[in-house]
Amino acid sequence: MNSLDRRTFLKSALAGGIVTLAASAGLLKPTRVLAAAWPANAFEAKTADDALKALYGAAAPATSPAVTLKAPFQAENGAVVPITVSTSLPKVESIAILVKENPNPLVVKVAFTGAEGYFSARMKMGKTSDVVVVAKSGGKLYAASQQIKVTVGGCGG
Amino acid sequence: MALTKIKTRPAEGATEILVLVNHPMETGQRVDPKTKEKIPAHFIQKLAIELNGKVIADVDMGVAISKDPLVAVKVKDAKSGDKVKVSWSDNKGEKGDAETDVTG
Repeated sequence: MNSLDRRTFLKSALAGGIVTLAASAGLLKPTRVLAAAWPANAFEAKTADDALKALYGAAAPATSPAVTLKAPFQAENGAVVPITVSTSLPKVESIAILVKENPNPLVVKVAFTGAEGYFSARMKMGKTSDVVVVAKSGGKLYAASQQIKVTVGGCGG
Repeated sequence: MALTKIKTRPAEGATEILVLVNHPMETGQRVDPKTKEKIPAHFIQKLAIELNGKVIADVDMGVAISKDPLVAVKVKDAKSGDKVKVSWSDNKGEKGDAETDVTG
């Protein structure tokens, strides 16, 4: 307690006060106000259901023909598996891609604020796995899934 | 420095916006074969695509996106000459962006 003398204490209290003041005045607003923070708990989840619960507050919904998943049935190289998700649903709010057998199943989540319900990327797969895509439209969740066989894993190099 | 590219192409009544970023997308689970030490994670977390200054797609990425990410989205009402822009940031605070005009 003695190490924290009166002067240092006053200085740090003052500095803390300024930060609080700046924050309350809106000076420390994130530069991109619309963009939500990166959902760490969803990306660190160990199962697809946990990741979906962290993202949407619900487990995987029933599959729907309105969501289309285009990916190879067999991937020669698990480090680069192309995947395209499209949907006929109106006003798609977001699309998430999950690889069930990956250590962290959530691959990507896209929030749409003007673009169509379409997303294409290349992803890594550790081994053969079911791939689940979930689209959110009008507050409801729709899913599609497909198994992709992997001959050479993409994690661990 | 990471290279960021953006281009557009017409796609069935819409415009497809393609983004390519040169980035290692290191998972944090790989072991360096020489030092036997884990290579720390280094991956893009946020990527936003804008059309004429308005964000139209906000992408949250995990480590399972492949090295040198190539992502594509589509937009319906883009005209030739419209501005598209991409900006990204990774878990180490590195950032990049690129912009172009819509063609065709």
